Amino acid sequence: MRSKDHTIREPLFRMVERDDMTKGRIARVRTISILLAVIAGSLLFVILGKNPLKAYADMFYGAFGTAVLSQETIKKTVPLLLTAIGISYAFRMRFWNIGGEGQILMGAIGASYWGFFYAGRIPKIPLLAIMILTAMVLGGLYGLLPALFKAKWGTNETLFTLMLNYIALYVIVYLENGPWKKKGSSFPRMPMIDRKLFLSTVFGVHWGWIVAICLVIFTWIFFSRTKSGYEISVVGESNNTARYAGINVGRVFRRTMFLSGAIIGLVGFFQVAGADHTLTENTTGGVGFTAITVAWLAHMNPFGMGIVALAIAVLERGCSQIETTMKVPASVADILIGIILFFMLGCEFFVRYRLIICGRGKEAKV
Amino acid sequence: MNVIIKLLIAAVIAGTPLLLGALGEIMTERSGNINLGVEGEMYMGAVAAVAAGFFYNSAGGTNGITAVLLSGLFAFLFGALGALIYAFLVITMRANQNVTGLILTIFGTGFGNFIGALIPVRTGKTLVVSDTTKAMYNNVGPFNWMVYMSVLLALFLGYFLYFTRPGLSLRAVGENPATADQAGINVTKHKYLATVLGGGICGIGGMYISMVSQNGNWVDNCVGGYGWLAVALVIFASWNPFRAIWVSLVFGGLKIMRLYVRLPIPSQFYDMAPFIVTIVVLVITSMSGSKEKSQPKSCGQNYFREER
Repeated sequence: MRSKDHTIREPLFRMVERDDMTKGRIARVRTISILLAVIAGSLLFVILGKNPLKAYADMFYGAFGTAVLSQETIKKTVPLLLTAIGISYAFRMRFWNIGGEGQILMGAIGASYWGFFYAGRIPKIPLLAIMILTAMVLGGLYGLLPALFKAKWGTNETLFTLMLNYIALYVIVYLENGPWKKKGSSFPRMPMIDRKLFLSTVFGVHWGWIVAICLVIFTWIFFSRTKSGYEISVVGESNNTARYAGINVGRVFRRTMFLSGAIIGLVGFFQVAGADHTLTENTTGGVGFTAITVAWLAHMNPFGMGIVALAIAVLERGCSQIETTMKVPASVADILIGIILFFMLGCEFFVRYRLIICGRGKEAKV
Repeated sequence: MNVIIKLLIAAVIAGTPLLLGALGEIMTERSGNINLGVEGEMYMGAVAAVAAGFFYNSAGGTNGITAVLLSGLFAFLFGALGALIYAFLVITMRANQNVTGLILTIFGTGFGNFIGALIPVRTGKTLVVSDTTKAMYNNVGPFNWMVYMSVLLALFLGYFLYFTRPGLSLRAVGENPATADQAGINVTKHKYLATVLGGGICGIGGMYISMVSQNGNWVDNCVGGYGWLAVALVIFASWNPFRAIWVSLVFGGLKIMRLYVRLPIPSQFYDMAPFIVTIVVLVITSMSGSKEKSQPKSCGQNYFREER
């Protein structure tokens, strides 16, 4: 930036990293960002010629209006939250597990294999246990694979896990066209699993939500109170520091990614046995990707992830409500979620940095 | 012989949107930004192209060339707009690149399907361009004009990156922004320009899908994973626009091969193959430690001068 007389122009703003991240400020910045996002969403409705207040009211009704609607909302929250928890294990050690979609699908494949072929041959409770175990092991192994290469050769895990998603997807397409296709069906689709295997419900929602709550608490304890959890955080801060401290970084990579994938594989089990009762290409419904933003925006805090996951589920339910009541295409949900997440992501800046307007004599203080 | 030529032609036609998406992402990643929002940018470009043609035709416009130019312009602008949101969040607000890119994919996919559903509701007409406009995308010689343009663009970008001064600067920014900054290169400007222009190119890739592959109709979820395949292609092409040309031919070939060559394996394995070979390439480059063929070094990390 040179002007004609070769003086260097001062930038308008200077950014300084904050060293005082108080809870109060974080809460304040977040609240403002969500308000801004809600206003931006309202503008969208105004442009569409709809009353934003009515839209939000309808959305709220769609998410919590009746007991059944609330149950649906919780049903959507469970996979999102569980996946986010699984992903947070990897993210804590700065391992970019973008492969949630694939790990869910592998878990779902493992669970439905037993559901399709062994229903009635093994009693329900042991069979469910086997399904859970298979789902977790398959999901875990699918997560372990990129970790092996990362630990050995430093292979880029972002791209590796991303590619694995699509391999799992086409495995499912293959199964539903070939070996696992429903007999006598003209469409490529799989049969339903046996009715007896449907998960029992607690307050109208399959018991996955209890597991999710338990995992939230477990994860919180794991990272704040145990040595293994602390090791993961140290590896995340700096691989070299971890090595100096005598931590086997490769082992932490492998162990944690197996754990991460196993938790996400569990989501596959719940989707098959609790929600869809069958296996399709849409079993994940994009949860693997959305959960990444959930984990990140909650700063990997398990309770925070619960709140963000619930908020996104509310938006999705709410938008399918306004599709019928206000004749707005349901894909508006993705736009609204995108806008809100963009705003929340942007506001993180103001949590971490502050702006100083140059030339106001303020910098003398710094 | 005839079959091979047919196969090649079909591979080129199927590979072109991948080439465009990959070229956009190569530019973006060369500046040190890994943008996982390619899929979203392609959706935005795809719907903008059809909508531009549709509104021009509805307003009584009949000139095919104007319609094409408008489609191209708006596809580019909307792809660039998506990339601008990404660039602002990542470069100025220092948000995480992976997360921002994924949100852009969610947003862009929603944007495409939403606008594509909204226009028919509002106007009471199907979202499709007129026959004259469609005819503009007919083959001239073996291919339509967008194929030729994509190859020329790839050659130009390859020339730009490897044989010009600004191209060298851009690569320097992607490899080591701190050093580039010290050498007097404006890091922020390079990152913004490369990311936004790259997004525009991805938008044109979306235009190819809606205008050529879908013949000027809007079809819900039409991009359907092409954006992710483009991200894979970037790896296989080792961030080199020249190499992207033949790699897109290979990927395009894998996409259509099952129609021409019957092997005793299920067709889904053809769909899977690009992703498997990409992983193999990824692993081999990391094993050999080749710097030239690996991802630009600063990819994924944001540059903050004060943190040096």
